[in-house]
Amino acid sequence: MDPTDRRYTKEHEWVKIEQELALIGITDFAQDQLGDVVYVELPNVGDRVEMMKPFGVIESVKTASDLYAPVSGEVIEVNRSLVDEPQVVNDAPYERGWLIKVKPDDAAQVEELMTAEQYAENVGES
Amino acid sequence: MTTQVKTDGRPLQTALYDRHIASKARMVEFGGWSMPIQYRGIVAEHQAVRSSVGMFDLSHMGRLHVRGSRADALVQWLTTNDVNRLAAGRAQYSLLCDAQGRILDDVVVYNLGDEILLVVNASNRKKLLAWMAAQQGIQEASDATIVDATANTVMIGVQGPEALHILQPLVEGPLAELRYYAIMAAKIAGVDALVARTGYTGEDGFEVIAASTDGPGLWDVLHQTRHGVTPTACGLGARDTLRLEAGMALYGHEIDEQTNPYEAGLGRVVKLDKGKFVSHEALWEVAERGAERRLVGFELVEQGVPRQDYSIIANGQPVGRVTSGNVSPTLGRPIGMGYVPVALGEVGQEIAVQIRGRDVPARVVALPFYEHRTQRVRRGPPEPGG
Repeated sequence: MDPTDRRYTKEHEWVKIEQELALIGITDFAQDQLGDVVYVELPNVGDRVEMMKPFGVIESVKTASDLYAPVSGEVIEVNRSLVDEPQVVNDAPYERGWLIKVKPDDAAQVEELMTAEQYAENVGES
Repeated sequence: MTTQVKTDGRPLQTALYDRHIASKARMVEFGGWSMPIQYRGIVAEHQAVRSSVGMFDLSHMGRLHVRGSRADALVQWLTTNDVNRLAAGRAQYSLLCDAQGRILDDVVVYNLGDEILLVVNASNRKKLLAWMAAQQGIQEASDATIVDATANTVMIGVQGPEALHILQPLVEGPLAELRYYAIMAAKIAGVDALVARTGYTGEDGFEVIAASTDGPGLWDVLHQTRHGVTPTACGLGARDTLRLEAGMALYGHEIDEQTNPYEAGLGRVVKLDKGKFVSHEALWEVAERGAERRLVGFELVEQGVPRQDYSIIANGQPVGRVTSGNVSPTLGRPIGMGYVPVALGEVGQEIAVQIRGRDVPARVVALPFYEHRTQRVRRGPPEPGG
């Protein structure tokens, strides 16, 4: 089971609200499907992201995949450690492998997203 | 609408398919076959081949036997390299080009003594069989027959610095004496097989061909731990990154019907002086004209992942395209191959690769990106891969 302290998108991102900030990453299912992550292209601090619009690209040996923002808001931090160690997304997708931190326009937006239980159903518990 | 039952759309399965499923490999369709793209992970599999030993199901590759007293004459007519220089028990990298000089496939030609074996790409097998049949009206092919043994046999690659140690205990006779690009008949774990010292990884290694019915058992034996080493099952993903680092062409990427051997850096396997062959005139003209572009290796100077069909930029203008690219698991840097105008093909030339609208700086580097040092000593004049 994926962590229950956050919400999930159909595009396999997660968002966790912590002290009014939204921490965003990709799910364990997503990293497993991608395989070895070799490059993550993220927005700059200060950029805006829009809910369910692409905010970056994650690339594995196999493929490149767009990243979709679970909430709208302003980027206040990006995970710089992924520049040198993109494989951390594979190793710890819910912790050290987070992607960006966003100041959401409306934190209640995340209520529209799936719970861990709903997400598990969505990916067929695979 | 049609009432016809479609049976031809389903991908073919190799004799080792059940082994891949049992190993929880991730399967993809490739060249009309259902093949493993990875088992536990592309990078781990890649590293196993570079540092230890990996094994590959290569049974999807076409295995075409050319038989008859004039088999060598037919192969000489069809291929660009010189079969007369290919002794029994040796292998030769070559090209199949048509009368227009188009590259139909790249191929490894094995002289088995009483017949010739062509190992061709899976995606080209049917096209080649039709093309070869059309060539058999010519005098060179008077009594030669082509037998497609692809479905009746398996082909297993055992590749990496430990390949010899892993395979030797299963084979009678000294395997170390089998030279690079040589082939012999042998019993492997009691199974009749052909063993060739060929591969597509840039490492020392072997390719084993045996009957399909012996395939699963042979796979299991090869997979066992010997001398404390367990071969890692590797999929097409690792095969691709390994051959990319080794600077080897892949049909559909570096070469296809729109490329010619000279610009692809394969002019050395076109022997225009060997006598007449099907693509002789066309390739003579191409050689006379000289190449306008050339295949080069490059490294990105910044981070990113170059991929097939991305534009190569010089002085703000698109000048070519990427044919293959990835982040090299061995070097840890983004590398690729692609075509550029000859004038921009020198090592050190600054270019850029357009990735999602951004020109990422890159530099032309020498091929291959990676070469196994001891292999270079043993192999003498470098043979390209196949």
